[in-house]
Amino acid sequence: MPSDKQKMTVAVLLLVSFLSYSFYIYTSLPVKEIPVSKKTSEGKQVWQKYNCNACHQVYGLGGYLGPDLTNVYSKRGPNYISSFLKSGTAIMPNFHLSDAEIQSLTAYLQNIDSSGKADPRTFKIHYNGTIEQ
Amino acid sequence: MVPLNNKPLTTSKLFLVAGLLLLAVGILFGLVGALQYIIPGLFKKYLSFERIRPLHVSSVVFWIIFGAMGGVLTYLQEHTGKKLYSALLLKIQFTIFCLSILAILVSYSFGVFGGREYWEFHPLLALPIAIGWVLFLVNFLKSMGSFRKQPVYVWMWLTGVIFFLFTFAESYLWVFPYFRNNVVNDMTIQWKSYGSMVGSWNMLIYGSSIFLMDKISNTKTYGHSTIAFVLYFTGLFNLMFNWGHHIYTLPTHAYVKHISYAVSMTELFILGRIIYLWRASLSTAKKHFYSFSYRFLAAADVWIFLTLLLAIFMSVPAINVYTHGTHITVAHTMGATIGINSFLLLAFGFDILNDTCRTFEPYKKMFTTGYWLTNISLFTFWISLIIAGVIKAQWQMSISQVPFSSMMQQLKPFFIGFFISGCFLVTGFIMIIYPLLKNQLACYFNPKPRDIFPAYPSSNGFSVK
Repeated sequence: MPSDKQKMTVAVLLLVSFLSYSFYIYTSLPVKEIPVSKKTSEGKQVWQKYNCNACHQVYGLGGYLGPDLTNVYSKRGPNYISSFLKSGTAIMPNFHLSDAEIQSLTAYLQNIDSSGKADPRTFKIHYNGTIEQ
Repeated sequence: MVPLNNKPLTTSKLFLVAGLLLLAVGILFGLVGALQYIIPGLFKKYLSFERIRPLHVSSVVFWIIFGAMGGVLTYLQEHTGKKLYSALLLKIQFTIFCLSILAILVSYSFGVFGGREYWEFHPLLALPIAIGWVLFLVNFLKSMGSFRKQPVYVWMWLTGVIFFLFTFAESYLWVFPYFRNNVVNDMTIQWKSYGSMVGSWNMLIYGSSIFLMDKISNTKTYGHSTIAFVLYFTGLFNLMFNWGHHIYTLPTHAYVKHISYAVSMTELFILGRIIYLWRASLSTAKKHFYSFSYRFLAAADVWIFLTLLLAIFMSVPAINVYTHGTHITVAHTMGATIGINSFLLLAFGFDILNDTCRTFEPYKKMFTTGYWLTNISLFTFWISLIIAGVIKAQWQMSISQVPFSSMMQQLKPFFIGFFISGCFLVTGFIMIIYPLLKNQLACYFNPKPRDIFPAYPSSNGFSVK
């Protein structure tokens, strides 16, 4: 059985590595330049207020009842988005969003779209098992 | 012949009782959600999917949290041979958690959200949960006293209690604009915290399962062995660094993905050990299969193998590109939360809630049927999700993609399979939960020994202490 000293050494080493890793990530977030408008911030709040993530995905994360919306803005355009938001669908309820909410949610989806591509067909797969966007 | 125990329904037991109630409620919400996949738009007006999903997820997540806390709090007292440091702190902790989950479920029912996936409730409700957890931490540390020469499960409990608090706080960093202003930054931190948080409650549950296994087999060797600590540190290493496999497709730092890929592969060691010890596990299973606690431990072992195998595949980025965003991920989650977490918690439930004034003897057949029903239907459920995931993966990678709604239509037979097996799964769980709760409540309201049955170890699998 390993001694308490040995176990503590391993635990402390792991803990220090984890805290350093966490601190490094917090202070060097992947995206530095953040052009964010008031509308985009409000759009994020609307997204959370109506729990859009329960049915929709962003970068493949979220619910599976509706489609992934990461790049819906560039694929379908703002008019398509707002018409869906205005009346809902056979599956999606009409949330009776105000015009301001629809505009800010569309701005948020535009912001997500500009952050990258989520379509897995665009990924390059390497023989060592890694992928490249 | 000895009379049955007449111990009161202690607060640490109440965590398990409340957890079982949440499980019953949560699986019923899950069934409604599954039905909405078959009949799109069902209950759209009053209980649409964006309400049902968090109702289901939060109920079962809090079943896991309540069950994990109940297991640790009870086994901690058995381990130290003493009562907890403060019964009052424990009662406050229990009340805070109960009121919080009640407020959360009510707010979801009225369509009030404001949080994010898995913690969809208003961020203000996170405060009482954090306070309740701090009380848990204080009671745990004070009750333990010294941490010298402790078995592996004490290390696991300590890790789980501390890391849950850390990752829970981390999952709320989004309230600061610095973290939430860009979706990639926000999602990186979100999944960093979630990945490690799951690892932290697994530490609590796996720790208690090692304690229980040692208790059933009446040995204390494993908890102090070198291999137990090697596996613990491998698990801790993964808890800390393998969370990046959730976000391989997010345009975040490449090093996050490479570290996660490399660290996840260390789980092959755990997988190899399970395969190597398979034969030995089988002979142990034959020896202890009379015990319902042991049966659930054994079932969880099988699900650990299946879930780990799937997790290792999904941790290879080149495979993850196909499986990510498909129902294969859901299959993995269901295997982990039902097959591993819930089965282990039920093992604790049979051990801890067995200490009652009523015998479980009349329910022996019902438990056995429920046990096999949950296991078989969970496997069918899991397979249905994997097939649906494979079809969705093909669609995602197809050059000439049919519309999303047509793809969902193609998945319908598997959603039907998933719903039917879900119905059997719920039935199996109710057959187990109902007698466990009924006996506890009957003893609480009418605490008279009603029956007698043989002393431990009994042939029917229920022990009397």
